[in-house]
Amino acid sequence: MAGAALLGGLDWRAGSVLERRKETASAYTLVLDVPHWPGHDAGQHLDVRLTAADGYSASRSYSIANATQGDRVELTVEELQDGEVSPYLAEGIGVGDPLEVRGPIGGWFVWRPAQLEPVQLIAGGSGVVPLMAMIRSRALSGSRAPFRLLYSARSPDAIIYCDELMMRAMDGDGIAITFAYTRMIPEGWPRPPRRIDAALLTEATIPAEQKPSCYVCGPTPFVEAAANLLVAAGHDADRIKTERFGPTG
Amino acid sequence: MADEKIISKGFVGHRQAEATKLPPGQYVTHDFPVLSATPTPKIPLEQWAFTLTTEKGETRTWNWQQFRALASERVKTDIHCVTRWSKFDTNWEGVAIDSLLDGVESNAMYAMAHSYGGYTTNVPLADLREGKAWVAFRFDGKDLEPEHGGPARLLVPHLYFWKSAKWLNGLTLMQKDEPGFWERLGYNMYGDPWREQRYWGD
Repeated sequence: MAGAALLGGLDWRAGSVLERRKETASAYTLVLDVPHWPGHDAGQHLDVRLTAADGYSASRSYSIANATQGDRVELTVEELQDGEVSPYLAEGIGVGDPLEVRGPIGGWFVWRPAQLEPVQLIAGGSGVVPLMAMIRSRALSGSRAPFRLLYSARSPDAIIYCDELMMRAMDGDGIAITFAYTRMIPEGWPRPPRRIDAALLTEATIPAEQKPSCYVCGPTPFVEAAANLLVAAGHDADRIKTERFGPTG
Repeated sequence: MADEKIISKGFVGHRQAEATKLPPGQYVTHDFPVLSATPTPKIPLEQWAFTLTTEKGETRTWNWQQFRALASERVKTDIHCVTRWSKFDTNWEGVAIDSLLDGVESNAMYAMAHSYGGYTTNVPLADLREGKAWVAFRFDGKDLEPEHGGPARLLVPHLYFWKSAKWLNGLTLMQKDEPGFWERLGYNMYGDPWREQRYWGD
């Protein structure tokens, strides 16, 4: 589907903003309507292009946050103070405004509902976005594949999609979620703030013997650390997919 | 579809002074971001080997000691990643592909680079010859770190950086072009940053 759409080249499409949601102090979700969107796999991304009045333009890639649903495309953007594109997407654009996009892109870091094996998702910060698309795609498709998410963030208020994740963890649909905090913890939290380590991995992820497909997304040092921990815990490197989700300004 | 760009009301952007060195759609970074699809393989030098395979199936292999005994060059160059960052004036040391191809009989037009971990990427042979590409083992005067592709990576700086395969362990010469890892997944067969050849059809 997505691959076939790419064969003929990728055109810029004129989308428009249907809705904006503030997720955290710095992350915003934009819900776009993109007529004739070809559909996407969970985990794919797209390019956004902004053009100034004199024709100067700047583009960036963003992960798609929703499961494919017709012409609806959701992006979650982390605003960077000195960024070129993200501040405009976070604060400058309004409901009804046009936005040019091109995609979907990337066919590697994807989860498809036909996959039946257990899935371990590991997110650092805004690296949760493509993993959220996988969680939503699983729910929408009625998949029963066991899913686990280990989500490491700076502090509780930096968790993106917090309410939805809590709800999905509690609805008995087969997703287990562990939050981990690196700087600040909620009162009474069982673990001190710390970076992910072997002990947390043992406690909060699907064991290697169950041969889960692992998807790791976050900033580079986080991805390096998590992928190395998975390999050390006996996971086959062939079943670990990584995506750096560096800040893109 | 959208032939004319749509104006983003109120968008100004950051114009960069070094724009003449910057291919279209790129921005300058001073970091060295890492992009990889799999965990970083750790390759002990005593197990490292590089194999050149011709289109007839003839092979030449260098172990680390033999490889490092080849003449190396220092290269200062700009690099451009398809994810839109460009980094200027990066310093590398490596063995020119010309040295590895010296005396090899081949009519091949293309090469497939192979890496530890299974990554592949295709490059026309002409883009690897005549001082345009290296097997690099040092960055900024230090041994190349595993996350940046060490012990050794391909360096083809005039193409998007996914062509500069990390953890390189071989080149296979081919008469016909074939897609590598990202090229099968929607990325451009050639990848010229100045023509903005990011994806299929660009």
